[in-house]
Amino acid sequence: MLGRDGFGIRSFRILSGIFLIVWLVLPLLPLAIWSFAHGWFYPSLLPNQWSLKAWEYALSDTAGVIDSLWLTIGISLAATFLSILVGVPAGRALGMYKFPGKGLVELLILAPVIVPGIAVVLGIHSIFLYIGLNNTVTGVILVHLVPTLPYMILVMSGIFANFEPAYEAQARSLGASAFKTFWYVTLPAIMPGIVVGGLFAFLVSWSQYILTLLIGGGRVVTLPLLLFNFATSGRNDITGAIGMIYILPGAIILLLTARHLSGRSGAVGGFGQI
Amino acid sequence: MSDRIRIVVLLFPAMLIIVVLFFGGLVVGLMRSFNYMPVIGLTEPNLQAYWSVFTDQEFFLSFLLTFHIAFTSTVISSVLAIGAALLLRRRFVGRALVNFLFQLNLTVPHLVGAIGILYLFSQSGSFARLAAEWGMIAGPADFPELIFDPYAIGIIIQYVWKEIPFIGLIVLANMQSIGEDYESVARSLGATRWQAFRYVLLPLLLPGVLSASVMVFAFTFGAYEIPALLGANFPAALPVLAYRKYTDVDLAARPEAMAMAIVIALLSAVMIVIYLRYSRRRIRD
Repeated sequence: MLGRDGFGIRSFRILSGIFLIVWLVLPLLPLAIWSFAHGWFYPSLLPNQWSLKAWEYALSDTAGVIDSLWLTIGISLAATFLSILVGVPAGRALGMYKFPGKGLVELLILAPVIVPGIAVVLGIHSIFLYIGLNNTVTGVILVHLVPTLPYMILVMSGIFANFEPAYEAQARSLGASAFKTFWYVTLPAIMPGIVVGGLFAFLVSWSQYILTLLIGGGRVVTLPLLLFNFATSGRNDITGAIGMIYILPGAIILLLTARHLSGRSGAVGGFGQI
Repeated sequence: MSDRIRIVVLLFPAMLIIVVLFFGGLVVGLMRSFNYMPVIGLTEPNLQAYWSVFTDQEFFLSFLLTFHIAFTSTVISSVLAIGAALLLRRRFVGRALVNFLFQLNLTVPHLVGAIGILYLFSQSGSFARLAAEWGMIAGPADFPELIFDPYAIGIIIQYVWKEIPFIGLIVLANMQSIGEDYESVARSLGATRWQAFRYVLLPLLLPGVLSASVMVFAFTFGAYEIPALLGANFPAALPVLAYRKYTDVDLAARPEAMAMAIVIALLSAVMIVIYLRYSRRRIRD
């Protein structure tokens, strides 16, 4: 300990804490209020009338919000599943082995984490033009792998670095097949990593905008695209409702994984992209 | 199966996807930026696109604006994040709540934050209404232009809101693993609180702060939807300009869009070099 803090310092701490809390919540408040507002014009501080119209509209069959929600969930689930499928083996190679060229492989994986999507998506669009993947859901899922896969690999290589391969060797020496060893020994040990990495990869895909806009070509309208359209068309009440729906999965995932979300885990690095 | 073959098999699918999509996209972008595309009969590479981009005043202004957005947001976020981490490492009423909000904020997409900032800071937004209520302004036009403004203030506010928790949580974890022993020693040798922070803690934190800031800089330099929503029409941020050029009805503008994408990629390559330098140093320590 560095000795007791004086009254001044303690008050300063509490004041800055209050300021931080207000500041962190503030931008989300108008969205939440707008979603229940019926007419909220300058200079009223609060809506003149409250209503559930925006929510009724957003949740109705005709608005397309629900369709878009399912589409977004589908795309993010597919991108996450593919990232796990391909990322777990790669994470194992990087976490458990030393080999020539490892530095280069790590660089190849780190690059997409730092280079912004706009820098590569124009070129990807030109490639997809020739193989007919533009304006398709498949194309959008594939392009979402650019940010999600490297992220999954980085998380899994951290998990495998702490994995004890001797357990696998023991299972094999006791007569377990390669598949059984994986299923009963390896998988349970790395499962927490797969779950946390997968949930965060889901969020990375969930937040993609420009990749979807360009490769989807306006035909694949995920939730962020819909949200942007409503935000720029001035329908603030519906924007508010869609915005609330859009941040819901993140909040749920946070409740499931809060203890993994400290800066100590490599998992946080991926949040630079959300 | 030998280790070598095993490693190749484990890595192959992931490397295939990353090399084809990411580096394929990069290389095709590079080729098109040089007007070189044998598939469509362009076999003579040239520097036309770069020439017209670099001599265009709009590109120049756009680059400066984007650099200003990324640099200012990164510096302000990093400084405030260190402050927030210093706050969060001590017990105080409400610490758990701040910690929770930091984590919640990490999961909120930038686009949502940008819409929130729009509703708060626009000339008919919440703050303008407060100002009107208190009689500080007569009408919306009197409220300072913070959205769609030439200095990109709204965009920077949004990034600061979103990146303080990101950098802050990384710095806080660093602080906790460094511990307070070094500072205690400095204090017992007569250093003031400020000196212990400035000469002992800060140098220890710097590599972590730098590697997080580099990610923030690259992100804020290349993000599209935030400046598209909160930015002025002219000059627009570089990613917005590149997207506009690429989707222009005039297909001849596409190589110029690619040239801008390559400029963004080059700048992020510099960020990767800095990142590697400092994240390696952190490991070595």
